[in-house]
Amino acid sequence: MGTVSTASPEVDSGLDTTLDPDQITVLATPWVTIVWNDPVNLMSYVSYVFQQHFGYSKRKAEKLMMEVHEDGKSVVSTGTREAMERDVQAMHEYGLWATLQKSE
Amino acid sequence: MSAFQRHRRSGRVIATFTGFEADLLRSLAGQLVELLRNEAAEPDDGRDPFEAMMDFSGPTSEPEDPVLARLFPTAYRNDDEAASEFRRFTEGSLRDGKAAAASLIIDTLEDAGLPTQLDEDGLMIDVELDPDAARTWMRSFTDIRLALATRLGIEDGDDEYWFNLPDDDPRAQAHDIYDWVGYLQETLVEALSR
Repeated sequence: MGTVSTASPEVDSGLDTTLDPDQITVLATPWVTIVWNDPVNLMSYVSYVFQQHFGYSKRKAEKLMMEVHEDGKSVVSTGTREAMERDVQAMHEYGLWATLQKSE
Repeated sequence: MSAFQRHRRSGRVIATFTGFEADLLRSLAGQLVELLRNEAAEPDDGRDPFEAMMDFSGPTSEPEDPVLARLFPTAYRNDDEAASEFRRFTEGSLRDGKAAAASLIIDTLEDAGLPTQLDEDGLMIDVELDPDAARTWMRSFTDIRLALATRLGIEDGDDEYWFNLPDDDPRAQAHDIYDWVGYLQETLVEALSR
């Protein structure tokens, strides 16, 4: 058989063109912000902070707060390392105990 | 007991404190400001002296005081170098923000009529906060509670221990104050959530 290419403009390149750049960034840089339980912060306050800073719904904020309370920690945001550093700094402003790390 | 409420028409958050309560809040906020400015936020000195001298950006190691260590936790658990860098770029502004928040409490109380030296019986202090100021008070109450809790050694599920302390134990009194600021904060969160 010959080796002449039969490529035409209609050939599927195999690339998924439905991904937008933001999604690609998230996939390539899996960092997470973790909030840890402490014996001081009020449940209502922690939930308020999650709504205020992340713009989460009350339901989602309360779910994350309960994870912190019952499991000792919760992943509260995911994204680039830079974005997670900003989130951690904001959590420290609010007096929450937060750290960041590569997603496991 | 005083509590925060949302004023329905203006949307502002209001509270009335006795002179004693306002004086106590001012004292707590004042101690926080002092602590934040006390242990200077200086860079780690395990570096070239010239480099250290030319670097005004911030500290790289965890504060020695346990309260400050709790207010400025280590951001990377398993990466000392990244943790130092993060601290260098954030701790200074975090300190300034927390000191400014505590100062706002002091200024608001004094603007509302709290004299430098409280010696008047029956004085009442009316506080009125717009939502931004209310959120700043709320954050600072957290810092105050974290400071008190760290000094007292508060842990999860130790309510009974504190409840059973004799009334004349100074720790019992400090714990009462800790509870009171928690109560105030709870009403503040509630007022802001409406």
